[in-house]
Parts: sequence; C-alpha cells; structure tokens
Amino acid sequence: MCAWRRLHRNVRTLRGCFTHGSLNCTAVTQWQPDRCGGLTFCQKLSTGGALRNDFLNELKAQMAAMKKKAADGLPSSNWMPFEINPNLPPETADIVIVGGGVMGWSIAYWLKQKEKFSKKMRVLVVERDPTYSQASTVLSAGGIRQQFSLLENIHLSLESADFMRNINEHLSVVNEDPVDLQFNQSGYLFLASEEVAHIMEQNYNTQRCAGAKVSLFSPQQVKEKFPWINTEGVALASYGLENEGWFDPWSLLNAFRRKAMSMGVIQCFGEVADFRHVKQVLMTKNGEQIDMKTIKSVKVQMLNSLEYQPVECALVVNAAGAFSGKLAKMVGIGLGPKDSLAGFSVPVEPRKRYVYVVHCPDGPGLDSPFLIDYSGVYFRREGLGGNYICGVSPEEAEEPDTSNLEVDHQFFEDKVWPKLANRVPAFEKLKVTSAWAGFYDYNTFDQNGIIGIHPLINNMYFATGFSGHGLQQSPAVGRAVAELILDGEFKTLDLSGLSFRRILTQEPMLEQNIV
Amino acid sequence: MFVLHGLLLEVAVMSAPLISLHRCCQRAAVLLVARRHWGSSSASPPSLVSRSLDFLARRFYDVEALLNWKSRIGKDQLRKKNFYYGYTHKLYGPDIASAYYILNLGGGFRFVGQSEWFRADSRGKFNWDFLNYKDTPVEEVDMSHTIINYVGLSNLERQPLRTLKVQGCPEVDDWFLAGLHKFQDSLEELDISHCPRITVGGLAALRNLRWLKHLNVSSLPRISSPGLVIILLEEMLPQCRITAHGYDLSQPQVGGEKPEERLEAEG
Repeated sequence: MCAWRRLHRNVRTLRGCFTHGSLNCTAVTQWQPDRCGGLTFCQKLSTGGALRNDFLNELKAQMAAMKKKAADGLPSSNWMPFEINPNLPPETADIVIVGGGVMGWSIAYWLKQKEKFSKKMRVLVVERDPTYSQASTVLSAGGIRQQFSLLENIHLSLESADFMRNINEHLSVVNEDPVDLQFNQSGYLFLASEEVAHIMEQNYNTQRCAGAKVSLFSPQQVKEKFPWINTEGVALASYGLENEGWFDPWSLLNAFRRKAMSMGVIQCFGEVADFRHVKQVLMTKNGEQIDMKTIKSVKVQMLNSLEYQPVECALVVNAAGAFSGKLAKMVGIGLGPKDSLAGFSVPVEPRKRYVYVVHCPDGPGLDSPFLIDYSGVYFRREGLGGNYICGVSPEEAEEPDTSNLEVDHQFFEDKVWPKLANRVPAFEKLKVTSAWAGFYDYNTFDQNGIIGIHPLINNMYFATGFSGHGLQQSPAVGRAVAELILDGEFKTLDLSGLSFRRILTQEPMLEQNIV
Repeated sequence: MFVLHGLLLEVAVMSAPLISLHRCCQRAAVLLVARRHWGSSSASPPSLVSRSLDFLARRFYDVEALLNWKSRIGKDQLRKKNFYYGYTHKLYGPDIASAYYILNLGGGFRFVGQSEWFRADSRGKFNWDFLNYKDTPVEEVDMSHTIINYVGLSNLERQPLRTLKVQGCPEVDDWFLAGLHKFQDSLEELDISHCPRITVGGLAALRNLRWLKHLNVSSLPRISSPGLVIILLEEMLPQCRITAHGYDLSQPQVGGEKPEERLEAEG
C-alpha cells in the first residue's frame, strides 16, 4: 500500500514537473488524511489546472495529426485515398504455389535457390490456414526412412536425409538462429512374418544397392538387441543404421519458409476459389477431341471475407496435399467423359489417420527405434519422459470419416493396443495422454507421389499424393520440381517414374512394403 | 591474415616459409570455422567486434560481402580438409590414406600391433615414418580439437578402430555419431566430451556400438537434462562405463527428475 502510494506520488510529481515547464500552474496536490489513517495525495477539486492540462495534450495530438497528414501528402508516402487490404496477394506472379505445407515451401525455396542471377522471378505461396491446424505437415509423426521397395522412394529419402544433414548450409539466414530439427538418429525397425519375409529380403537388396544403410536381423538377434520386443511370429527384421529416425516437422517447415521469404518469396493467406483458363481444342488421329487448358489466372479469396484478388500467373504448382484432388477439379480435371483422357481425375483424397500419445513408465529406453510391425501397428519414443507415439493404418473398409479431425479413442482400444501390447509386453500397462488426427494425402491409385505436369493442362505442376511419406521426401521433391520447372527435365534424380503417365496408362507403381 | 589463408589453399606445393605461417593459422582456422557467421548459437554473448561487424554488415553491402567471403573461406577449408583422400588411397592403400588424413588434420593414431603413437605436433609437422607400415590398419585414433566432420569420417571407414577420441571437435554432430555405426564391431572406447553440437538425438545413435566399454560424454552443452540422459545411456549400454563430468546435477531437471535418480547419477 505504501509502495503504491509512493508510485502514485512519483507519477503526480513528474506530471507536475512537465506542466511547470510549459504553464504556470500551482501545485494541485497536497497531503490529505484518508480513511485508513495514513496520508494520501488528493487533488483539489479545482478545474483550472486540469483543463489546461487537457488542452495542452489535445494541442499536441492535433499537431502530430497535422504533421502526419502533411507527410502523407508528400510524394514519397504510401497513403491512398481508398483502403487496400495489405494481405492481398500481388496482381501478377510468375509462379503460384497452391499449398503452404512443407512441400509447397520446399518448392518455393528451391525455385529461388536455383534462380541465382535473375532474382526477378516472383513466386507466390498461397495457404488457406494461417494456423496450420489441419495441415498434414505439422500433424505428422515426422519420421524419415529409406526402407522402401521403389528405387525412386529410396533415392528421394536418401537425398532428403543429406539435405537435412547439411540443413544449415542450405537454410540458414544471416543474423538469425541456426536451424535445429531435433533429429533423433534412432532408425526404423521393420518386423516381417513368414509370408512377407521374402519381400523384405528383396527390398533389403534394393535398398543396399541404392546406398541405404540397412541390415537384416534374425529374431534371435532382434531379441538380443532389443530385449523388450516379443519376437513371436517374427521371421525377419530390417533395421536402419543411419539416416533414419524422426524430427520436428514444424522446424523444417519454418526453416524452409524463413529462408524462402528471405529470398523474396511472397506468402499469402487465402483460399484458391477458382482458376481462369483458356482452352485449345485438339483432335487426335481417331477423331477424338481433346481440350488443352492453359491457366491464365488464379482467383485467391481472402479468409472469412468476400474480397478476392485474381493473380495472373504463368505456372501453377499444386502442392495442396490432401485437397489436391479438389483443387484439380476446379480446373476441370476428371470432369470429362469416363473413358477419355479428360475423365482421369487426380486420384488424391484425404484419409484420416489417428496418432495417440501414450505414457508408459517401463517402456523401451533411449535405444527404441521407430518400430513397425507386420500387422501395421507402429510406435516411436517421444522425448525422454517415457512417452510414446503410436498408431495403425486402418483397413480399407474401415476408413474413418474425413469431414473433421475428431479422434476416435475406441479405435485405440480395439485396433492399436492389443497388437502393440502383443509386440511389446511392457505396453500392457500404459495410459493414453493425448491424441490427434491428421490427413494423409492418400493416392488411391498406388500410394506413391505424383510429380510432374498434367497432360491436359499446360502449366499446372503436381507434387502431391505422397500418402504419408511426403514430409520425409519434401526437400528432394522440391528440388526435383524446381528442376522440372526451370530446366525442363529432372537433373539430379530421375523421377519420371512418378509422373502422371502411370495413372493414364493404369500401371500402378506399388510399394511392396508391408505398411 | 585471412587473405593469406585463402591464398594458401590454392597453392598446390607449399614452400617452407609459407608452411610455418600456414600452421600458425591452423589453430586460428579451427576458431574461424567454429564461429558461425549465421547467427549466435553460442551460449556466450557476442563480443564487441562481432556485434560491431554485424551492425556494419546490416548497413553496408561491402561489409556484408566481406563477412560472407570470410565464412565461405572457412567452409571451403573445412570441406577441403575433410575430402575423401581418394588419390592417396589409390597410391598407398586405405590404411596409409587414413593415417595421412589423421595427421593432416592434426590428430594422432596408433597402428595395430605397434605401441608408438604417430602425432602431428602443434605446428602441424609430422614424421613421415608411418609410410613404412604398409597394410597395417589403424587401431586407435585421437582427433581431439580437430575439424573432423561426417564427411571426413569416410576416410576412416575401413579401419577396425578400437578407440576414437573426438573431444572438443566443433564439427562433430549427431550425424557424425550416426555414422559411427561403421565401427560397431570394433569400437570399444569413445570420447565425445566438449563437443558443442551433439544433442540427445545423436546419443541415441550410440546404441549400435555394442562392444563399447568406455564412453565419455562430459560437458556436452546442448544436453538439456544431463542426469536423465546419463541414466538412459547407462540403460541403453549396460556393459559400458560412462564418464560424465562437468554437469551441474544439483539443479532441478527439465525432465521432471526425482531426487533418488539424481543421487544415482552422481554415485
């Protein structure tokens, strides 16, 4: 109470000093006894001094306003007679990337990175959710592995791991903190039953040839190395020694974003509502009519508002993740007659996947890898306090509803826990502390990414459909798309196997993996 | 001094007076490389010199270009030192190539079956006697306070290393530790104390070294809850003796450690 009064007194005295300097006003404060017996300052109830104080302040404010108006009137100011929303994207851009997840920003970074000398290319990244609350990137478990069966996937992962190893050489910004991905070098452990053991061996050979550091273990060796695993039913195990583990996806996204924006990429929060395109009708040998479309402008609508800005662009990159199929429909892909080229839609749709955080005090320690069982259930360590992240991919027939991101806790009890407890007996005693759900940009055709230009649209590039391994391949895919756009062909990695052609010829490139 | 340093890298054959100057700069080179131009990640506050350079770099393009050039020279030097010594490998074989690499960076090693250590002295000079021991693999390596990094580790690939000391190396990070899986069958002693870039994620990679008997993880600045990490390491490598000095284990840890666990770590 004393301190408060002292403070009050200091403030009053200060104000008294200021007013003394400009106007001759008598001291308006004096000591008065108050109700509690102590002494307080009270102001005399004379209005003379107070009015003069107010007048002075008002005068100051008016002078400042006049100065501002005069400065605005001068030629070098930004003042406009009508208000413009500063969040609107520019009216023209060279490349519009739809989707601000890790894939979109990776492409934006590589585009700017490759364009060394003519820094005049305007790249715009449009993202509809500033909080990234539903983005697959940040809801991902964040793992990276080279244990695939397709060569393209293995190379993409290896290159991305190389990128992350030297991430500060690529993505550091002057005078900012270095990037810290919190990479856990713990490796992946895949367990195979009798039926799929031969597939695992084939995959192991492919991976070794491609340069991945993987080793095969027998059940006894697995038991020796990880005594907390129940090796019943396991015929073979495949273990990643290097370049495998998990990291923080948000850090990677922010690193890409920060570096890209420092190189001049423009970020816009808005939703792509429409495309304006021109059509060119071509006839095939059989007399079939094909419409080739060229996108002329993208209509970007501001969030929660009717305001929109048509952005004229040369190229559009579809990196919208789970919603790429919907975006493609806006341009008319898939809306043609069923048996024609125009009838093939982009086979990407959102699929909901649950991730549960559990706490188990007696669980595996620092050496626990990202374990993936042949039944599809997986788990990994999270932090040092005995927390683990687990989940399972549901069967085709039991896919959950994708209209929201609500978590079904019964799913954990029915599908995840029994298999998990069977594989790791220590997990019989655990407690679910948290859970979330995220979308996979699920490629219903063959669950592998689609990278490349669409045959019917002249200037729309796709980098989507990665079905759960987009995050781990994003640096390499970004570079590949940038090469495709700027050089016209793949330079470092040949990803022509992942182009649209396989969808049109209906030749799926399936992963012969167990998950 | 730094300009001379840059020129020296281009000269293929180094003449005698320049060698001594070069070796004088070698220790400075470690510091140059260690001090990153991209932001203040170190725990200590930036000095007056670095703060004033930052201030000038924000205002003048030429200062910024000079600083970029300086950091690029440092990175280039790091890269050149840690190249895969393919030429030496072709001429003399993998063992001599590894030995030459170690001596070039300023470390020391011991051949299998020999008891004497070959070291480079503080001025970078070393004895060329190691060329006499053809086809003898290297068993113990001491590369403390050198600029060895992940790429340089490929020079030591084929050696059945039993001891590896990389104390105080500014370029040893988590990926380096993951790369140690190449020595998983032979490595028995590892010293990674005082390395500023190692975090818990890298320590998890040590699970592959199943024959490890001695591990020194003292004074790793980027470990947030050292007591808990030491206990987890002990659980992960049960037959290994872990030395961990230089941590203040009396403070309450971030990981919610209980008092009993703290006593266990100190005991």
